[in-house]
Amino acid sequence: MQAFFDYIPFVVKGLWITVLLALASGAGMLLVGMLLATVGRARSRKLKQFVSWYTSFFRSVPELIVILLLYFGGSLLIRDVYLFFGSTEPPVISPFIAGVAALSLCYGAFASETLRGAFAGISDGDKDAGKALGMSRSLRLRRIVWPQVWRLALPGLGNLFLVLLKDTALVSVISLNELMRQTQIVVSLTQLPFTCYLVAAGLYLALTSLTGAGLRHIERRALRGYA
Amino acid sequence: MLETLIKYAPLLLQGVLLTLELVAASAIGGFILGVLLALAFYSPRWGVRRFVEMYVWFFRGTPLLVQLFLIYYGLAQFDWLKQSFLWRGFLDNPYWCAILALSLNTAAYVAEILRGAIRTVPAGEIDAGKSLGMSRHLRMRRIILPTALRLSVPGLSNEAIILVKASALASTVTLMELTGVIKTLIARTYQPLEYYFLAAFLYVVINSLIVRGFKLIERRWPHRYA
Repeated sequence: MQAFFDYIPFVVKGLWITVLLALASGAGMLLVGMLLATVGRARSRKLKQFVSWYTSFFRSVPELIVILLLYFGGSLLIRDVYLFFGSTEPPVISPFIAGVAALSLCYGAFASETLRGAFAGISDGDKDAGKALGMSRSLRLRRIVWPQVWRLALPGLGNLFLVLLKDTALVSVISLNELMRQTQIVVSLTQLPFTCYLVAAGLYLALTSLTGAGLRHIERRALRGYA
Repeated sequence: MLETLIKYAPLLLQGVLLTLELVAASAIGGFILGVLLALAFYSPRWGVRRFVEMYVWFFRGTPLLVQLFLIYYGLAQFDWLKQSFLWRGFLDNPYWCAILALSLNTAAYVAEILRGAIRTVPAGEIDAGKSLGMSRHLRMRRIILPTALRLSVPGLSNEAIILVKASALASTVTLMELTGVIKTLIARTYQPLEYYFLAAFLYVVINSLIVRGFKLIERRWPHRYA
């Protein structure tokens, strides 16, 4: 048991990487979601079709497959491109980047659905008022539509982020030394699998509970004067 | 690629079948346990309600991967468990461990969906049952649960898709389901891009069939509060 306590700094380092991974992927999720939601509202039918394919693809494919695909497939693709241009030493994709990219692409699909729902919830009167004031399309979007979209989409996006936070554990399969991976290493050193995984579970539980409480606080602030 | 694909087709089929088996077993296990948990949440006993809350909190707040490893790798820490009848063929078997972890996990989500649905059953219906002199249990069985189950079909459909995706984690405890088979094929052919896309495609096919199945249920089982 004494040995177990020696590994605490090791586990804390993993926890820190998990937090960074979740924050980076959360930002990526918003970016991809906003992009898809904007593209999905375009007039072009082909673009709309693309967004609908994209979202149904990522809704059905396991996140694990996407992570493995981007890491192993992506490395190979980049190597081929480099070799094609005559470079002898192609770079390796870092598991952190591959993990952020995979989680952003997967959760961006869900985020775009949430944002689309929020877009539908904005009253036409508000948009007409902007038009009547002579605001341009992009100004209306920036000043009238998006600020309200955020408020409406906040609960949905918050839930998505909580699910994403738990899915960061999957990035351990491409040996990123986040919380899960560090725990696996401590297991192999201490031979105390149950104790170690239980500690990891407790840390994840603390992360999700704290994040959940934080999100509720933000929601209350965003909804003041409305609900 | 086509030649190797034909060569490995039987292996792939076995993988798909094992994925379907894991999903079916965990869906049944998770559903039964989820209904029990949802009912227990409305128990008059404080301790029972508290237990359900803690259960749902734990299983929704931690990654499935951690839960799976706790069961498959973690339980081996206890010698008394290894001596018990539960060990041989059950807890030392990745197949049953995966089904156990997926079922326990799904049950927490099913319980949440049902709990939400039970809350939306119209109060008038429950009052009607009361005025007919129905007991608490009879009301639950005849009025609340049937309505709540129908109301939760769309939520359960989503949960089924999540379960299919979650079953890919079984490959981390050495099971040769779809993802496990794909990893083996990549180790043999070294064509990760092609084979991971093949896996993605097969998961899309499985999930679209499941969605279609649930749509059928929704159409065949009309409900009054749409």
